[in-house]
Amino acid sequence: MKTWVSNRQSTMETNLWRLLLSVQPSRGLVDEKFSVRVQNAPPAHPLTMHALLHSEDGDTWEAFGHYVTDSGGDVNVSEDPSLGGTYDGVEPMGLLWSLRPAPGSRPGLRFRKRDAQTPMQVRLSVYQGHQSEGFMDRAVLASVMVERWYMAPGVRRVNITEGGVTGTLFLPPGPGPFPGLMDLWGGGGGLVEYRPALLASHGFASLALDYLKQADVKNEYFEDAYRVLQQHPQVCKNRIGLVGLSFGSSVALKMSVYSNVIQPRCIVCVSGSHIHAAGSRLKKTRYNEENQVIWRDLLLPVPTDLSKKVDVGRLQCPLLLVVGEDDQNWPVPESADDMREMMEGAGNSHLLTVLSYPRAGHLIEPPYSPHCRAGTFMAAGSRKKFIALWGGEVAPHSRAQEDAWRKTLDFLRENLYCSAD
Amino acid sequence: MAQTVTPILSVHPTRGLVDEKFKVALENLPPRFPVTLHSLHRSEDKDYWEAFGYYVSDDRGRVTVSEDVSLGGTYTGAEPMGLLWSMRPVPGSRTGLRLRKMDVRSPMVVLISVYKGHVFEGFREQPPMASAVTERWYMAPGVQRIDIREGAVRGTIFIPPGPGPFPGVLDMWGGGGGLVEYRSALLASHGFVSMALDYMSFETFKTHDECLSYFEKVLSIIQQHPQVIKDRVGICGLSLGATVTLTMAAYCKSISPRCCVSVSGSHVFPYGVSLAEVFQFKEMDMGKARLDEQKRVIWHDMILPIPTDPQRKVAMGRIKCPLLVVNGDDDQNWATVESAEDMAKMMRAAGNDHLLTTLTYHDAGHLIEPPYIPHFRASNFIIQHSKQKVVMLWGGQTKPHSDAQEDSWEKILAFLRQHLYPCPSSSLPQAKL
Repeated sequence: MKTWVSNRQSTMETNLWRLLLSVQPSRGLVDEKFSVRVQNAPPAHPLTMHALLHSEDGDTWEAFGHYVTDSGGDVNVSEDPSLGGTYDGVEPMGLLWSLRPAPGSRPGLRFRKRDAQTPMQVRLSVYQGHQSEGFMDRAVLASVMVERWYMAPGVRRVNITEGGVTGTLFLPPGPGPFPGLMDLWGGGGGLVEYRPALLASHGFASLALDYLKQADVKNEYFEDAYRVLQQHPQVCKNRIGLVGLSFGSSVALKMSVYSNVIQPRCIVCVSGSHIHAAGSRLKKTRYNEENQVIWRDLLLPVPTDLSKKVDVGRLQCPLLLVVGEDDQNWPVPESADDMREMMEGAGNSHLLTVLSYPRAGHLIEPPYSPHCRAGTFMAAGSRKKFIALWGGEVAPHSRAQEDAWRKTLDFLRENLYCSAD
Repeated sequence: MAQTVTPILSVHPTRGLVDEKFKVALENLPPRFPVTLHSLHRSEDKDYWEAFGYYVSDDRGRVTVSEDVSLGGTYTGAEPMGLLWSMRPVPGSRTGLRLRKMDVRSPMVVLISVYKGHVFEGFREQPPMASAVTERWYMAPGVQRIDIREGAVRGTIFIPPGPGPFPGVLDMWGGGGGLVEYRSALLASHGFVSMALDYMSFETFKTHDECLSYFEKVLSIIQQHPQVIKDRVGICGLSLGATVTLTMAAYCKSISPRCCVSVSGSHVFPYGVSLAEVFQFKEMDMGKARLDEQKRVIWHDMILPIPTDPQRKVAMGRIKCPLLVVNGDDDQNWATVESAEDMAKMMRAAGNDHLLTTLTYHDAGHLIEPPYIPHFRASNFIIQHSKQKVVMLWGGQTKPHSDAQEDSWEKILAFLRQHLYPCPSSSLPQAKL
């Protein structure tokens, strides 16, 4: 016959406490804020909040902040300051944007989600005391899983292969038709889907375009892609915008000015330049002490010759430029200044809005993802790998991403949803 | 195709837990524009449920459901969650439906749409102006679901994410039978190891003691689980499950719960002098069952008057742990309010009434469930022992019942946390909320 545990209070109980960790929402969009709370701990008790993320490539990223519980034994990450860690101060989303490769990782890592249909899975944990290392060897007090999604429920992903165009179209839920966006990624090439997936989650039919498969891509390719988007039954053909990053921004500017087919209603250029990247002035490549490549001088000085840059004085639609002032990869601030001068001279500067962020770098992406100051880069079609210096410091760059994304969505809504036909 | 105005419809969060509030908002409408916000859900049984509210945009062309007033539809007033709790089967559906999610590994998917003007029918025949999809989950990410088959014990255990160990909750559903998992899954999403038990399917107990030792075994499975803090296990029961809960709290000798929740339950044994008779599939004395004008069955009077013979009810004076009793005063299925009064009387006489907290909700019915699930005043029911199909009247008016679900769930979670989560400031359990 079994003997059961008697119903006496355990002698350990006076020292036993179990804290409650909660995150809301536990499944959020990548650009949604969450609220992280600890309850039921002793008052004035030091704790470490920790975030852990495994990338699709098997790398580990982590972030942490040091907190002290209040008189009620609670920590509220949205309101309480972190006293140190990978971020400090009152930072509701610090556990995500300050994620960095775990010690011992391969160098030059950049966090990018290849599969936009599945969520990022972040493990949020609480550790005893103020810890700064060895998290994998310590016992956690509590832990929860948080999902971060690029795709809202109901967003549909459609492979596009018609007319020689390779891309992926993301459609919002609902009857449509929707304003459309052509999303042009940077010189790393490939089909980068996460930003258009997120844009579709905000109501825009967004086409991710794979345009660097051949070294020498023709203008007609972009025009074909634009037509594919326009003619889609769920896209408003007169409400299409372009969103570019880095080299994609240059493409966006060039096409909008010179193409008769591509007539966007608005353009967003993130970390872009109007200067043609013609001819390799590779001897202008610089290296810093860590042997990271600085390419920003390759396009400088800004040419005065109109044949060497896009004539933005001829632009006919609103243009939003997003500039990181610590961009080490392209001369984005100088280009933005020159574009403003050209547009003022041509009389169309009322179309221009510039968002300029001190201490932000080149890779200005949707918010709350880890920042990458320098990372492995391989230009499309080349086999040579570099560690490119992108620039930017973690906290200012992350603030820039949050602000720029919000303003980009407002700009797109205003020009594509709200403006009269 | 030119589009003059497309409103921008948003739902935050897009994926939430079933008991989380959401914010539904509309922008980019013309000012002072009448619209209907509509929700649509296709159940696992392939029935369609819908709700709708009438709004007028403000001067900036916005509608904010959590703040603005619905002027009509399936709910009125400022009701942030009205699009969920006021859902009902669409016209033309089968009758007597009840919305319950049996597979908790997938979410409830709800389509929220906005229509021009104030519409009350024909939602499927016209395209909306815009739509959004939202998911409602019973399981938080990282919650594990494990089947339990240990001899005669058949159930499911849900374990929260994290190192553990955790407090445990035995979740006892009602006399409809089957393995109902959703409340357990949700409890695990709030940090409790929770076990859902199918206790009606097959066991026959000849005696009260046999019955008790079965439930003791179940409780011990939870207590002995490596991820459970063995002296921090509670029991939560609904309807017949609540009667089982009270029985365990009073009579289990070798093992006992740290606290109990009884929702829409009674301490009166339905058949006579013990719980064992329930499992012998005895035919109930239907003499006191009534029918309303729509031939729906009312069992409310079956245990009335509350017996004075102490053998016919659970000995409430023997309960040694905190007890939370939750009732609706429009309960048409069981005389729970009268039972609660008698329970309090018995506990006062025995001197343990400091353990008792009673919450009675005006115009709520029998099925007080986790919040934002639609209310139904009656539904199809199969009487276990006779297999007879009836329409059972549960009671409750939609709005007060939904408010009761929201409020009671919050209080149940707070009660469970208070008594089951060891607190650093004191080592003794609190008796009252």
